[in-house]
Amino acid sequence: MTVLTYREAVRNALADELRSDPKVIFFGEDVAVAGGVFKVTPGLYEEFGGERVRDTPISEEAFVGMALGAAITGLRPIVELMFADFIPVAMDQIVNQIAKYRYMSGGQFVVPLTIRSAQGGGVGFGTQHSQTAENWLMNTPGLKVVVPGNPADAYGLLRGAIRENNPVVVLEHKGLYNMKGEVPDDLGPLPLGKARVVREGSDLTIVATQLVCQHSLKVAEELAAEGISVEIIDLRTMVPLDSETLLSSIAKTGRLVVVEEAPHASGWGGDIVSLAADQGIFYLDAPVKRVNMGNVMFAYSEPLEKLAIPSPERIKAAVREVLAT
Amino acid sequence: MAKNTTDKVRNGRATPTSRPSDSLTKDTLLEMYWKMLLSRRVDERAWMIHRQGKIVFHISAIGQEAIQVAAAYTIHLGVDYIVPYYRDLALVLCAGVTPEDFMISLYGKEGELSSLARQMPSHFGAKPFNIVSTSAPVATQVVHAAGMAFAIKYRIQNELQDPNDRTQPRLAVTSLGEGSTSQGEWHEAMNWAGVHQLPFICIVQNNHYAISVPVDKQMAVPNVADRAAAYGVEGIIVDGNDVLACYDVMHYAVQKAYRGDGPTLIEAKTYRMTPHSSDDDDRTYRERSEVDAWRDKDPLLRLANHLKAQGLLTDAVIEGYDKRARKIVDEAQRAAEERPYPPGESAIAPVYAEAN
Ligand SMILES: Cc1ncc(C[n+]2csc(CCOP(=O)(O)OP(=O)(O)O)c2C)c(N)n1
Ligand SMILES: [Mg+2]
Repeated sequence: MTVLTYREAVRNALADELRSDPKVIFFGEDVAVAGGVFKVTPGLYEEFGGERVRDTPISEEAFVGMALGAAITGLRPIVELMFADFIPVAMDQIVNQIAKYRYMSGGQFVVPLTIRSAQGGGVGFGTQHSQTAENWLMNTPGLKVVVPGNPADAYGLLRGAIRENNPVVVLEHKGLYNMKGEVPDDLGPLPLGKARVVREGSDLTIVATQLVCQHSLKVAEELAAEGISVEIIDLRTMVPLDSETLLSSIAKTGRLVVVEEAPHASGWGGDIVSLAADQGIFYLDAPVKRVNMGNVMFAYSEPLEKLAIPSPERIKAAVREVLAT
Repeated sequence: MAKNTTDKVRNGRATPTSRPSDSLTKDTLLEMYWKMLLSRRVDERAWMIHRQGKIVFHISAIGQEAIQVAAAYTIHLGVDYIVPYYRDLALVLCAGVTPEDFMISLYGKEGELSSLARQMPSHFGAKPFNIVSTSAPVATQVVHAAGMAFAIKYRIQNELQDPNDRTQPRLAVTSLGEGSTSQGEWHEAMNWAGVHQLPFICIVQNNHYAISVPVDKQMAVPNVADRAAAYGVEGIIVDGNDVLACYDVMHYAVQKAYRGDGPTLIEAKTYRMTPHSSDDDDRTYRERSEVDAWRDKDPLLRLANHLKAQGLLTDAVIEGYDKRARKIVDEAQRAAEERPYPPGESAIAPVYAEAN
């Protein structure tokens, strides 16, 4: 076991994959010489050289599209979009090209391509540097979407994503880069599509990811002191979704709260609720609740941003409400 | 390489025989100097309070004030559309934004001018001055500016606007960094400006870096202005640290736009004397000797030396300006610190407009 930060875990995953396969290349804005604007990638340029670790012009649509071109020749490109808010800049390439390439070629071409990006709020970066991107992407068949919530997952899932023969978008949470956690020394690439029960409990299930999963853990600890036992599921990958873990949890607890750092409408929480309604309705003892950002956007000003992101207080209130019915 | 460049405008003057800046009065020159100095002092204070942990973020104009002030003194301020980028502090201070407004932005306090503290600081927008809100994904504003210029032309052609009515915007001026001209949006906007010969000015503040990436890794041509020819837009290169040279080319481009003679790209060669932003450590990608060399070309220093040589400015006057600036900045900071934060509940607005 080694204790690593989330940031170091991402770096190690990139380094290990670059080391293990010369077909892996990595490029993005400021990732090479400067080591990334979030200091996630220092040393990679020095170890693997400018051919494999490359700074790009500010042209997301071009370099994401080029990564597709390179991927279908058999390279395994990893590209970084500095902020998830800039994913839409390359959205045609991602939605119309990358996601659909295999389907539209009748399966002739595979696209072993990984897009990494830093998402999420809580750091005071305002409306266009804080958004989460999974909802934009999950509506597009053909993509896999990964949302690591701790250092071990950041390491293993990124390696798993790079090994995939499908396009995968790995959304790292910028508010977690300093988070520390144990990473097993023999951890290799993790398969995508497996949720993790991060806290066991018997009274209610919370489904969450990343920053709001941390908020939920805090709530569960506080409620434990009152004798309330909350189970928390970290989804880890949004696509594919691990319905089994979710259903077996609500079979046990009978109550469900979904916490999303995202707007409400067309949010992934709706998919979780739909799954519960479809396949788990007879397990449920109470209506389900979603805690999310409603119709609010991220803001620079601290109190505004605090209100937008589901806080421990809001999560706790939702838990109490569901437990009371 | 770069065969199509318009060589006639390479020397930083629109027409070598006349210099519009020659007719600037002493008062105007001193005012321009004062604006550059005030912007510098506000900016320096922002770095200081960031280091003190009082604010989350700052992104700086230091080193790039000359072209910004020149732009402000050549357009019809408050009327023509200004579509700035995050380094345009000196420009927006000329246009009517106050140091206090800016300090309130840094602190994210209630009633913040540009976005009610929704956006990061330096993403300027102020409707009373026709400063159109700045977006964070780079180069997106250039398309918007082309759209405004298109609307101006449309309004004039369809007699919705009298071309000589000076109360109406007659051009849109936008700015961005050289690195952002790698974006498709920039190229597409330039193409529109060229095809329709719009009253549009694109100022490229070429400070030689896009965060850590040097210009030769961003583009294969030596000048952004070389790209203008491809779109039927006149490209002009100017010493961006020489405010009078900047004034000359801006004056030329503005008058041309007012006449309906089409768009201009102005590439101001300059340097950012600070890290990219408060999150950046520029020692990882540029030599101190390079930064120091540019310090000697500081546009504020250069204008001071020029004005002193002309007998228009003395050290005593500069000292007076500095004192005045310090007082303004102190008061602005105090006002921002004393101001409340916006109440959390207000975050739910203004997402949608009220019913029509
Ligand atoms: C679409 C998009 N991609 C990336 C960024 C991150 N970013 C912010 S500023 C910047 C560098 C811009 O360089 P340049 O255009 O030369 O302007 P400068 O900051 O040097 O004035 C980058 C990459 C962004 N804001 N938007
Ligand atoms: Mg630049």
